[in-house]
Amino acid sequence: MNINLTLIGQAISFAIFVWFCMKYVWPPISSALAEREKKIAEGLNAADRAKQELDRAQAEAEQILRETRDEAAKIVEQARSRSNKMIEEARETARVEGQRMIDSARAEIEQEVQSAKLALRAQVASLAVQGAERILESSVDEKKHADLLDKLAAEL
Amino acid sequence: MVASESSASSAYINHHLQNLTFGLHPERGWSLAHSGADVEAMGFWSIHLDSMFWSILIGVAFLWLFRRVAKSMTAGVPGRTQNIVEMAVVFVGDLVRNTFHGKSNLIAPLALTIFVWILLMNSIKFLPVDLIPSIAALLGVEYMKPVPTADPNVTMGMALSVFALILYYSIKIKGVGGFSRELAFTPFNHWALVPFNLVLELIGLLVKPLSLGLRLFGNMFAGEVIFILIALLPFWIQWTLNVPWAIFHILIIPLQAFIFMMLTVVYLSQAHEKH
Repeated sequence: MNINLTLIGQAISFAIFVWFCMKYVWPPISSALAEREKKIAEGLNAADRAKQELDRAQAEAEQILRETRDEAAKIVEQARSRSNKMIEEARETARVEGQRMIDSARAEIEQEVQSAKLALRAQVASLAVQGAERILESSVDEKKHADLLDKLAAEL
Repeated sequence: MVASESSASSAYINHHLQNLTFGLHPERGWSLAHSGADVEAMGFWSIHLDSMFWSILIGVAFLWLFRRVAKSMTAGVPGRTQNIVEMAVVFVGDLVRNTFHGKSNLIAPLALTIFVWILLMNSIKFLPVDLIPSIAALLGVEYMKPVPTADPNVTMGMALSVFALILYYSIKIKGVGGFSRELAFTPFNHWALVPFNLVLELIGLLVKPLSLGLRLFGNMFAGEVIFILIALLPFWIQWTLNVPWAIFHILIIPLQAFIFMMLTVVYLSQAHEKH
């Protein structure tokens, strides 16, 4: 349990070991650790950036989708209103055309009726004259009785 | 019967507590000591071959392992060995960064060497107390005390080296004048109290290496003695004592290594501080 040269021997080996550790062990390990730290920090940074990018892209996609959907809805709406208008127009045209045809038919009928009336009237007049002739047994001078006949025709 | 048994026990204990000593014997010249009396006669001019052998073997093994890892060190995914080495380096590095605020390339490797080396030297204690001495006896070696840190020469050798560093940095950072002023004028900054301060501070300074070296030595030596005493019991009862004691040493061994390292860093940090 006495102090002897071992103390000095241990001090020397201690100094050599510390020197070796300082020179050949510590620097490579600590520099590699620092490098790894940097790498990990970079990796985390990159991950953060990628996440932000992803969020941005997602938001953008959502925006585009929303816009597209709106646009599609607008187009459908437009088409619907346009078709309604077309139907309405066609209906109107048909109605007008029909009315026109009805009117013209009515006018024609009217005309027919008038001409038939006239013809009938003239026939009735001539029949009346013939009848009268028969009754009087004499011919009626057409010229003398023209006035009378016209008056009669007008009265019929 | 009892007397012979107790003398056998004390012979066993003495044998286990004696180092393999090589020294300058006044009569035989440079030779191996064969008894306690030989060691006494050799005095200072002797060396403990077993302490030196184990301490250097372990130091070389530690540095070989760490150097191998350092050479193949990669910043990528670390392997198993690299992981362990890195854990030690990061542990020590963080401690030094938190404790020592100066700039020094020496402190961190110094702390790493102290921590791992002492930890490994202490760890020889986990081996059965008779294992290495028995193997040595088979090989014809008379004495063998394999735990280097249970040798005060080893612990004081390291403590005094740390002390030399404390003095070196104190003088380098503060200058001879600054260092003497610090010793003379703290804690009481008055000329009349200079002698008092000097006594106080010098004792404080000299206690540093003593507390460092003797704490480690005391813990390891006491643990060793207790293991030896337990080994004297009948073999079938030994486990009731040596198992708890060994489990307790799982705590003590890293703790003592840690304390030695931590105090070294603190002392050197104080040496770097200007008041």
